[in-house]
Amino acid sequence: MLGARDTIPMIIGAIPFGILFGALAISAGLSLIGTISMSLFVFAGSSQFVAATLLSQGVGVVVIVLTTLIVNVRHALYSASLAPYVGHLPQRWLLPLGFFLTDETFAVVIKRFSSGEMGDNNRWYYLGSALAMYGNWQVCTLIGIYAGGNLQGLSEWGLEFAMIVTFIGIVVPLITDRPMLATAIVAVAVGLLGRDLPHNLGLIVASLVAIAAGYSLETCMMSQQSAETDQ
Amino acid sequence: MKEFLLIAGMTAVTFGVRYPVLALLGRTNMPPHLMRALRFVPVAVLSALSAPMVVTVDGQWFVSMANPALVGSLVAGLVAWKSKHLLYTIVAGMIVFVMMKLLFGGA
Repeated sequence: MLGARDTIPMIIGAIPFGILFGALAISAGLSLIGTISMSLFVFAGSSQFVAATLLSQGVGVVVIVLTTLIVNVRHALYSASLAPYVGHLPQRWLLPLGFFLTDETFAVVIKRFSSGEMGDNNRWYYLGSALAMYGNWQVCTLIGIYAGGNLQGLSEWGLEFAMIVTFIGIVVPLITDRPMLATAIVAVAVGLLGRDLPHNLGLIVASLVAIAAGYSLETCMMSQQSAETDQ
Repeated sequence: MKEFLLIAGMTAVTFGVRYPVLALLGRTNMPPHLMRALRFVPVAVLSALSAPMVVTVDGQWFVSMANPALVGSLVAGLVAWKSKHLLYTIVAGMIVFVMMKLLFGGA
């Protein structure tokens, strides 16, 4: 319960996105069952948004799945940070904890775990946070499905733009150093240049090139720094 | 069928990046290179995804101060940079976008 309670601010933040996803998915041509199933089984907000957007542009299944992989690969980073706290648990715990992992639950849980005050209650705290996020996401998806069906021309009024500003609000605060800035600039530039590539491959190419750019610059800066300390 | 494949595929890859690392890392360590590279993923993907949607309308370039999405994004970017607050960013960007839609028609 404590985990759920500490997740409340994150839940409030997720409400508009759940509703937006429900509305966007239906207007992108996903069926009612498809929209509900995506929230039930995939349960990964930003990749669901991206999938709905790509669907509305007529992009094929394989590219959407590949894009989902790229969008969600950050979860591996979260898992790596959480593993020292829950990695020893039996499979009946690890399977659900893995399935329910989200940005929000990670943010709440890692803060608590690293403070070291939970002890063996770690697993219940994590599960409480995760289930609260999951329940909220399902309810909001349903609300969005109904709201989207009742509002004419919702996308004209900025449904897609709401997603873009959300991404801007997530990305900009993450740009805290030069390699990260380079990543953003390269991603925008290559994303624009590659937008005519077939099957939206431009997104995948731009992402990979931008990650490589940030990584290389960071490597350069690290070796420069160690050269300076050597002198 | 297409929807089933889509959702099954998305479920598989999403679970595939969440669960295995959690389960295996008790025993092995992630290569540090990979950890460093992963840090850049959200910024790279979300920037590359958004940029083309901002400066094009129906597949055509639309780089102009009359483009509501472009001006709204610039304002949102500025607010995000100054405030680091997600909700302020969304509200500011949406207000500019809707105002411009009203001013320039198109909605």
